[in-house]
Amino acid sequence: MSSSIQHPPRSYRRRVSTYWWLGRWPYLKFILRELSSISVTWFVVQTLLQISALSRGPTQYMEFEAWLRRPIVLSLNAVSFFFIVFHAVTWFNLAPKAMAIRVGGKRVPSLLIAAPNYLAWLVASVAVAWIVLRG
Amino acid sequence: MLDFSSHDVLLVGGGGAGLRAAIAIAETDPKLRVAVVSKVYPMRSHTVSAEGGAAGVIRRDDSLDEHAYDTISGGDWLCDQDDVEAFVKEAPEELLRLEHWGCPWSREADGHIAVRPFGGMKKMRTWFAADKTGFHMLHTLFQTSLKYNAITRYDEFFVTKLLVDDDRVQGVVALELMSGKIQAISAKAVILCTGGCGRVFRFTTNASIKSGDGMALAYRAGAPLKDMEFVQYHPTGLPFTGILITEAARSEGGYLVNKDGYRYLQDYNLGTAQPKPVLRSMELGPRDRLSQAFVKEYERGRTIDGPYGPVVHLDLRHLGEKVICTKLPFVRELCLKYENIDPVNEMVPVRPVVHYMMGGVHTDINGATPLKGLYAAGEVACVSINGANRLGSNSLPELLVFGARAGRAAAMFAAEQILPGRQVRAQALDEEARLEEHFLQEEGGRERVSTIREEMQKTMEESAGIYRSGESLRRGADKLHELQERFRCISLDDRSRTCNTELLSALEVSYMLDVAESMIQCALQRTESRGAHQRTDYPARNDENFLVHSLVSRTQDGAPRVKYLPVSITRWPPGERIYGT
Amino acid sequence: MAEAITLEVTRYHPERDEEPSLQSDEVPLRKEWVVLDALNYVKDKVDGTLSFRWSCRMGICGSCGMMVNGAPKLTCATFLSDYAPGPVRIAPLDNFPVIRDLVVDISDFLIKLSRAKPWLIRKREKPLSEGEYLQTADELDTYKQFSMCINCMLCYAACPVYGLDPLFSGPAAIALAQRYNLDSRDEGSNQRLDILSHSDGIWGCTFVGECTEVCPKNVDPAGAIQQYKLTATKEWMKSFLMPWGGGE
Repeated sequence: MSSSIQHPPRSYRRRVSTYWWLGRWPYLKFILRELSSISVTWFVVQTLLQISALSRGPTQYMEFEAWLRRPIVLSLNAVSFFFIVFHAVTWFNLAPKAMAIRVGGKRVPSLLIAAPNYLAWLVASVAVAWIVLRG
Repeated sequence: MLDFSSHDVLLVGGGGAGLRAAIAIAETDPKLRVAVVSKVYPMRSHTVSAEGGAAGVIRRDDSLDEHAYDTISGGDWLCDQDDVEAFVKEAPEELLRLEHWGCPWSREADGHIAVRPFGGMKKMRTWFAADKTGFHMLHTLFQTSLKYNAITRYDEFFVTKLLVDDDRVQGVVALELMSGKIQAISAKAVILCTGGCGRVFRFTTNASIKSGDGMALAYRAGAPLKDMEFVQYHPTGLPFTGILITEAARSEGGYLVNKDGYRYLQDYNLGTAQPKPVLRSMELGPRDRLSQAFVKEYERGRTIDGPYGPVVHLDLRHLGEKVICTKLPFVRELCLKYENIDPVNEMVPVRPVVHYMMGGVHTDINGATPLKGLYAAGEVACVSINGANRLGSNSLPELLVFGARAGRAAAMFAAEQILPGRQVRAQALDEEARLEEHFLQEEGGRERVSTIREEMQKTMEESAGIYRSGESLRRGADKLHELQERFRCISLDDRSRTCNTELLSALEVSYMLDVAESMIQCALQRTESRGAHQRTDYPARNDENFLVHSLVSRTQDGAPRVKYLPVSITRWPPGERIYGT
Repeated sequence: MAEAITLEVTRYHPERDEEPSLQSDEVPLRKEWVVLDALNYVKDKVDGTLSFRWSCRMGICGSCGMMVNGAPKLTCATFLSDYAPGPVRIAPLDNFPVIRDLVVDISDFLIKLSRAKPWLIRKREKPLSEGEYLQTADELDTYKQFSMCINCMLCYAACPVYGLDPLFSGPAAIALAQRYNLDSRDEGSNQRLDILSHSDGIWGCTFVGECTEVCPKNVDPAGAIQQYKLTATKEWMKSFLMPWGGGE
């Protein structure tokens, strides 16, 4: 490997601010996407609690449901739901960047790569809705 | 403050020629220690701006002789024909070598290299990487150069002086721009690869770094410059910025039209207007003739008045969006970004713009100058394969062919030399003192660097443009003399060391003043018209007296003195330049 | 349109200043002027001490990247009038050490670029006499986008990961490694794997995606990195499932 000769003078290095992500909307959006993992964790914990309540009998499950109906939990879940949707949409939109699929020598357009993700999401949502609402 | 280092071969300039030479040396003898000293990071070098392509014969219907003939007739018979023959033979090999190093050449459907037509070329032989050929070549060379252990880069070091001792060049003194430190770098051979000097003019396609550094360094060290009167105007630059619209725009079928929408080139002995491009005809004529036709058209009052002077129109609309986007994407990008014009729907205003120096440091076929240990390659050099007018797409292969040749020759020369003596050290100390005293300490000056630069550029444009006369050139010579005097009284705002870009500008202006003087002097004494050198007072070519190269040297008092050297004519006796049939 | 506009330029001189400061200069506001023209006006007419890099002023040499109103831009391709009525804030590129005024130290990138082995690697070099390596337009198209990088460093200035962790290889170096990996003539992807899949390589990237947004040449380094993550994962899976040589 080649080398280089330099005697750089004293330079000034700016410290990156702790709040760098507030400076520009794309950075904030990125941080929100990263933070949405907390919402995912929250839903996982909640589901585990739900299964645990179910296994401990009907009374316990009724108590769990009552807890779910508390305004604080409802609002927490509403916020979490928003973040999960935000995560899904931003992630699906980024998927085409990670997947450079080529068919017949030509790169498949971004839309065609993002679309199956959305389609799968829709199908899964409809299936869940059908199972839940059927009863 | 002074730092010393030592190498076997030293390159001044890290553009296409410099990098090609560096690789050639590393491959010739891996033991040699090579230094690339460049005032910008190598990938910033001006090779990056070349757009259209690089000529090299590869098609069956083409021949080396035809490429040679096109080059020689294009150069108005001022090319050295043995050099041209070597050049056309080695050009395809060099372009192919670049392919093997990864250059993304545009391809035919079957995967072979594609070629396109180009101005003044009778056959299709111009290799291209869309319309960013120079960019891809430079980055390929730079990235390839990174793998050689033998190469040491001095990035952002500006060479202020060649160290000459015992009648032999033994190194350079360089200013490290970032730190302001002076570095004396000794070497057994030095190759100048600093490119052209377009910035002596105001309206130019050349980058700000093109200040003729290598020409001035050689000239001051006693090596002669050759054919400095031949300055190429490219016929299609964007007004105001001078940004180049590549000849490829015309080779893909673009038209040049005047204010009446008329393809005016047919009135200037360049053929008849056909809908499709015809090789060596009309818009595919040579650059000197097209630029001269523009001036004549202006004199007839048939150009369009733009906010920055007269223009004509380059019409690409009939090519359609698909051709423009695949073959000329950069042209579209430049027009959209800088002129707010979409060539798909609108005509592009263009005018001739200073583009290239046919002249340069006098070298032989191996890049050797008459000064021992000093070599030159690329635009800074004059071998001469370009004669009085370079053909488009010959300069990129030129920097490869002669970069490689100079590299090999310098490597062989260096292998036989011993390291420089003590004298060189003393010279470096003197140079450091000169820079310090003259630029950073001296008080009482009043001239601004930018004022002198602007007046020089205006002078060159007015006195040595597309058409010159004895009168205009004499006025130019006087003015340059005055500017040289005034330069002694410059005063810098910036007296510090770290990254002093004003000091850099001052050193560049002093180089350009020397180069400009040599150009004016050569132009004044060539009392004929040939190629890009058109004298209104001597409108005809005069083979009897001027089938010779101008060799200009610096005399003791700093004034230029011109001598002449015969042109090497081997197989193609001088004839008339015929285009359009 | 107003006739003048104010530039607020960040100044820093290591021989004199502890910290950067702002300098205001009034410059003519001309329709055809880019930000770089305004800086040159200041340097030539007002204050010769202002330092910045520039060269081709046609968006191809990559020298004149700076922060303009907080966003990384090529100043030769950024019109002054887009920022009217002003003021226009011009600062050195983020995330790099500042040497002076608007000049930053990019030597770190050159080292990272070299490590990525951005050259064509062959098991067997074909002699010139055998002609070119054939490459179809589609094969060219596979890597072409990543070969358009002009090393202007705007992507590094936009990358918060590089700002927080200067060891990160960064967008352009990885995109250029991927440019050679995807070249049908290249056989060196294995040699680049270790460097790229190092923790300072692709896995440092958290996919903010701003590198792609600010790239003046549409190189899409974010895409290059994510695609390479997929490749590296596949290679790892292969070597995990087929230790006898699947990783090759």
